[in-house]
Amino acid sequence: MTIPIASRSWPAEGLTRVPYWVYSDRDIYEEEQARIFRGATWNFLCLEAELPGPNSYRRSSLGAMPVVITRDKDGKLNAFENRCAHRGSLLVLNESGTARDIICVYHNWSYDLCGNLTGVAFRKGLGGKGGMPADCRPENHGPRKLRLATLGGLIFGTLSADTPPLEQYLGDEIVARIRRVMRAPVKLLGSYSQTLPSNWKLYMENVKDSYHASLLHTFFTTFRLNRLSQKGGIVVSSSGGHHVSYSLAADSGGREYEQAGMRAAQEGFGLEAPGLLEAVDEFGDGIGLQILSVFPTFVLQQTRNSLAVRRLVPQGLDQTELVWTCFGFETDDDEMTERRLRQANLIGPAGYISMEDGAAPGFVQRAVTTAPDLLSVVEMGGASVASEDNRVTEAAVRGFWKAYREQMGI
Amino acid sequence: MNIEIKLQVQDLNARYAQAIDDNRLEAWPDFFTEQGRYRVTTAENFERDLPLGLIYATSRAMLRDRVRSLRDANVYEAQRYRHIVGSPLIAEGEGAAVEAQTSFIIARIMHTGETALFATGRYHDRVVLDGGEARFAEKVVILDSRLIDTLLAIPL
Repeated sequence: MTIPIASRSWPAEGLTRVPYWVYSDRDIYEEEQARIFRGATWNFLCLEAELPGPNSYRRSSLGAMPVVITRDKDGKLNAFENRCAHRGSLLVLNESGTARDIICVYHNWSYDLCGNLTGVAFRKGLGGKGGMPADCRPENHGPRKLRLATLGGLIFGTLSADTPPLEQYLGDEIVARIRRVMRAPVKLLGSYSQTLPSNWKLYMENVKDSYHASLLHTFFTTFRLNRLSQKGGIVVSSSGGHHVSYSLAADSGGREYEQAGMRAAQEGFGLEAPGLLEAVDEFGDGIGLQILSVFPTFVLQQTRNSLAVRRLVPQGLDQTELVWTCFGFETDDDEMTERRLRQANLIGPAGYISMEDGAAPGFVQRAVTTAPDLLSVVEMGGASVASEDNRVTEAAVRGFWKAYREQMGI
Repeated sequence: MNIEIKLQVQDLNARYAQAIDDNRLEAWPDFFTEQGRYRVTTAENFERDLPLGLIYATSRAMLRDRVRSLRDANVYEAQRYRHIVGSPLIAEGEGAAVEAQTSFIIARIMHTGETALFATGRYHDRVVLDGGEARFAEKVVILDSRLIDTLLAIPL
């Protein structure tokens, strides 16, 4: 069903209700691409470590829009639309690689690594015949260039001139918690991705929903590893769009899971191989879990010593690709790397505490597509969109909708 | 080529696949040695020497934990697999071990009736004779694609 966005209105209850048409209306999807992803937002593109040296490139996206990120011969980062000025073909086909210039395969138009058109094949024709009129300026049709900003090795891009500086966009609290994790040069451990059978917003709501964690993901409770007393809370940025959910590991030595696991194992519950969860307090603040999101679609995750960035690529109304890149630091020794790899069993499409998140947004998508005029109820923790010292709240979900409505003008 | 070794590996692969396809997951860890290693990764990671796995276990105990989690903790829609496993390519390994590379394709059948090609790739296996029985000392599942549809619950 499609209704012009101008005639759409949000439920009178405000942020405690979400109308289901936001997940199933094609016009809304297209408007999001323009107003959010190509609008005044910072979108995570990739890690600086994914562009290892001069003359390297990598594909990424701004919402559904394909982009290329490059590190030019001087080491400077650039990003531009992955679209030829001529007939609109993709310029870069490989996921990543090295190149001095970029040449469109279709008609060999060439570009430098900043995205400037540098050559048009047969521009003056051949033997005085054919070619392009002298007054034609194909340069004016070049791929759109992104503005870039980096923070702790994360590269963000925006198409809009109106997007405020990155650190202002994020706010001090979010910047501090990004820097907390991104504290040293990154060592890539690998990546994978999964197709989510749902609208991109349903996954972002899932990320911001600290209420579901112990209810949908029963790994910790089944193996009696859960500590209800674990202190934690959420931080919601003033825009509403960014959040952090965190909890403390119960003891700063970081061995409580292992010890609890062994106790439970002796009682016939628990893990046979609790070493999976053996962790160290690498950030020195006792925080065992920090899930951080940046509007619209970026997630930075610390689950014990498993660190990852996640990026969403909307692929249509009801399909989204979720790209995971896991990392450690160049300073890690073999033991630390092994620990991160072992704990990666918790995350990703096969993760003990994240496999459900691949499916749950799809369960909503399948049920609400035929209920566009009905509403979801988002009242855990009242109507607040503020930071709280507990996680039994949907404040960060409401925060997402606050930022969403602001960008979309609905 | 030692045809007997090839047949032993082929038989191990067939029994392994059938146990999974028949939903006898409790039997799955026993196809590995006590310190057997199991890792699911992508061709992209493998070729770039990146160590990350989607699943990574270094003992039979870790595999048993995964089975218990799939049975008792994790939430996923009812589904099953059908493995088609190719003929193993055998190379002599270190000591008594045999290195085998085997292609596979796996279809996933959902409770809704939807059947789809779920995964293709190859197994890089190190097989040893363990108490008269052929077992995996290591099994690396290298997925051709980096993309998993929705989730990966049942082992490959």
